[in-house]
Amino acid sequence: MDDKPLKLQALDIHKQFGSNEVLKGVSLEAHAGDVISIIGSSGSGKSTFLRCVNLLEKPNRGRILVAGEELKLVPGRAGELEAADPKQLQRLRTKLAMVFQHFNLWAHLTVLQNIIEAPIHVMKVSRDEAVARARKYLALVDLARLEDQYPAHLSGGQQQRVAIARSLAMEPEVMLFDEPTSALDPELVSEVLKVMRTLALEGRTMVVVTHEMGFAREVANHLIFLHKGLIEEQGVPTDVLTRPRSERLAQFLSGSLK
Amino acid sequence: MNWEVIFREESLALYGEGLLTTLGLLSSSLAVGGVLALIFALMLTGRSKVLQRIVGAYTFVIRGTPLLIQVYMIYYGLAQLEWIQTRWDTVWPWTYFKDAFFCALLAFSLNTAGYTAEMLAGAIRETNAGEIESAQAFGMSRFQLMLRIVLPSALRRTLPAYSNEVVMMLHSTSLASAVPAMLDLTAAASRIYSDFYLPFEAYLFAAAIYLCCTFCLIGVFKPLERHFLAHLAPRTN
Repeated sequence: MDDKPLKLQALDIHKQFGSNEVLKGVSLEAHAGDVISIIGSSGSGKSTFLRCVNLLEKPNRGRILVAGEELKLVPGRAGELEAADPKQLQRLRTKLAMVFQHFNLWAHLTVLQNIIEAPIHVMKVSRDEAVARARKYLALVDLARLEDQYPAHLSGGQQQRVAIARSLAMEPEVMLFDEPTSALDPELVSEVLKVMRTLALEGRTMVVVTHEMGFAREVANHLIFLHKGLIEEQGVPTDVLTRPRSERLAQFLSGSLK
Repeated sequence: MNWEVIFREESLALYGEGLLTTLGLLSSSLAVGGVLALIFALMLTGRSKVLQRIVGAYTFVIRGTPLLIQVYMIYYGLAQLEWIQTRWDTVWPWTYFKDAFFCALLAFSLNTAGYTAEMLAGAIRETNAGEIESAQAFGMSRFQLMLRIVLPSALRRTLPAYSNEVVMMLHSTSLASAVPAMLDLTAAASRIYSDFYLPFEAYLFAAAIYLCCTFCLIGVFKPLERHFLAHLAPRTN
């Protein structure tokens, strides 16, 4: 597995909000085709970590490399790291497409317009090419009929699948999923997980913050358990989930299985 | 009631001339005011605290004082300043301050800019934080984020309030009749009133024309709202 090229390295990420230290040095490496699940109770810092990776949250310390290219960071005024070169940050962000808990589709754009927006205006792909990509990925998430609808007129599960298609259309190196099913009604969760499972089978590199233990066990090839801003335990999902070494993970798992 | 006087050719011509002035004043002040409003709204929501304060003070004064007084200040007040008097015969652009239409246009543009800027700034501030975040995550620059996501969204959400502002402006242009040299629709009605002493007929006819204009404006804005706010409407299929 480790001879595959490195797609993402987030090294020794520290983050504090005021005096509250949310991340105390968390590292992650994703090789091509890895599906890494990050689990942990709320407040463990898992979402913050994912948001630090694409600098939606500014880390206080750490290094970030995307496909071997290091994101240049400089200390800002508040003691947080900022991108030294906004252009580089924008370029690297296009390689790290993110899927959000609340979808965050652009409400005034139709499904198709949502998907072609960034490819055309950020990546400078031609309109025809962008539309062709969009239709391909809409078909993949099984929403080809809905390209002219507005997000507000779709169900949560459909919106999240559009958001996944929007990320796919960037043809990113790594896909970041920030609790993609947490805002969905229980019966809509499975349609989104099904799409994510397909992506994993296609060999896409994914980092998934999730509460879905089933997904973590069956789809991910690496599992990270975060506790109070530190990696408490990590490894092959079936091992970690069936034979937790730490008291805290055992506790967390017994809680989440109820 | 004596409607015969109103429907005489000379009277109708006077109303027609007044209507043209009113519509000209409305459309040009909306155009100038709209551009100013966009600039002011960007300043109100921008990073610079200094610009925020300055524009905030401007909209506070504009929205806190009567439009009629603003018209008087520009038409009569500025004309009283020696500095302008020494220039308005020869030095461009001060020559414009002798022109009643320009003074009215300036007052109305500055006024509608103040109101519209606050509306638009409010809509910009209320833009869904998640939509901004996803635009950043997809690699948009600050400029692209504003141009592609925030402004298109905010301008759409401003539309219903703005259509009210346009109708209010149409009615506010009647204050231009306070400037003696202006012959807008209300001034035309006043002239017919004083010529024939028929206040009720003269103003009622003008009111009917304003009503027709309002009706047309609403007729323009309703389909625009349906088109541009379709994403907020209830699902139809």
